[in-house]
Amino acid sequence: MAKPAEVTDATFDEEVLKSGEPVLVDFWAPWCGPCRMVAPLVEELAGEYDGKVKFVKLNTDDNMQTAARYGIRSIPTLLMFKGGEPIDQVIGFRPKGDLKRTIEKALA
Amino acid sequence: MARKEYEIVIIGGGPAGLAAGLYAARARRKTVLLEKGVIGGQIALTELVENYPGVPSINGFDLAQAMLNQAESYGLEVEYAETTGIEQDGRLWLVRTAEDDYVAKAVIVTAGADYNKLGVPGEERLTGRGVSYCATCDAAFFKEQHVAVVGGGDAAMDEGLFTTRFADRVTVIHRRDKLRAGAILQERAFANPKMEFVWNTVVTEILGEDGVTGVSLHNRETGEESTMDVAGVFIFIGQHPNTGFLGGLVPLDEGGHALVSEWMETELPGLYVAGDARRNSARQVVSSAGDGATAAIAAEHYLSNGFGE
Repeated sequence: MAKPAEVTDATFDEEVLKSGEPVLVDFWAPWCGPCRMVAPLVEELAGEYDGKVKFVKLNTDDNMQTAARYGIRSIPTLLMFKGGEPIDQVIGFRPKGDLKRTIEKALA
Repeated sequence: MARKEYEIVIIGGGPAGLAAGLYAARARRKTVLLEKGVIGGQIALTELVENYPGVPSINGFDLAQAMLNQAESYGLEVEYAETTGIEQDGRLWLVRTAEDDYVAKAVIVTAGADYNKLGVPGEERLTGRGVSYCATCDAAFFKEQHVAVVGGGDAAMDEGLFTTRFADRVTVIHRRDKLRAGAILQERAFANPKMEFVWNTVVTEILGEDGVTGVSLHNRETGEESTMDVAGVFIFIGQHPNTGFLGGLVPLDEGGHALVSEWMETELPGLYVAGDARRNSARQVVSSAGDGATAAIAAEHYLSNGFGE
């Protein structure tokens, strides 16, 4: 099962923007309670969409640059990237069904 | 859409719902708890809970997880779904969500309360983009910036003070000429060099394209209109109970809280309301947990006696 890999300010361009597949980025931080509820959902989805969508996570405490670049001011935020551009977002904890709909939209 | 059958359905996964779930599951009743957002509800966003007896200090999310694990260990089931309606179906209850319908002999509503919104242009669009209802969640994104806090109660001062750990300057915008917050919080707020106060003033619009850049203000005394540049707006102007789906079913007070007996019973057999959703709740973790336990005990009595089993 493809567990979401950690990306950083240094690897973001390579791992996310230049990816051939759509990428879901989970912006999180260790102090954020709801982030800890999103993480297992994202892990499950990573398994379900293995090979179709890439899943990564970015710690906003350690990677302020990327968080600032995409205007992240609340976590958890999930950003969906396609062709190097953010095309959709989910802010705050949402049930798995909502996350699935966001992913399906990106694949459509 | 599936139709799922339970003995007890609990609506809302805060302390009241989790305590009700623990008691119902330990009574060996087939019970499901429906949660629309985050387990723990308001406490999931609370940095520290320091007034739950026996627990000197704990992160709110961790306390909620401990309550959840305890209830699940006795068989409580949890599903993530938002309740859209409740109906009486003969002697049974039908709880509708966007995904599925749940049939139960008893329903315990522990849906809690949600923060109020200002209802001004820009607020919805910029939520998560500088508009926030939780400083402990989002303040870290405003390092060395200027932010506004709207409100004058305990939550506004508490969260405003927390925000000063990160922001350089925190401007409290309050529609009256004095704070409603408790004395200790007021003392701390006035003593904090990063905090400043704009009185008799309301926010009429939140400005910004992709993120908040400022607020439009209206002074209620002088009628003066102005704008203020800020990178974030933290809004703490009270809460409303999540009882919309109870409308027309049971009596609510003018604030939307359900009227219940001291056993958390409504006028309808098998329907209970506990915690912040009921009238006269003390709105504490410990009192809500107590409410939930009371409702579950009452529901258990009802199922063993009143329901005629």
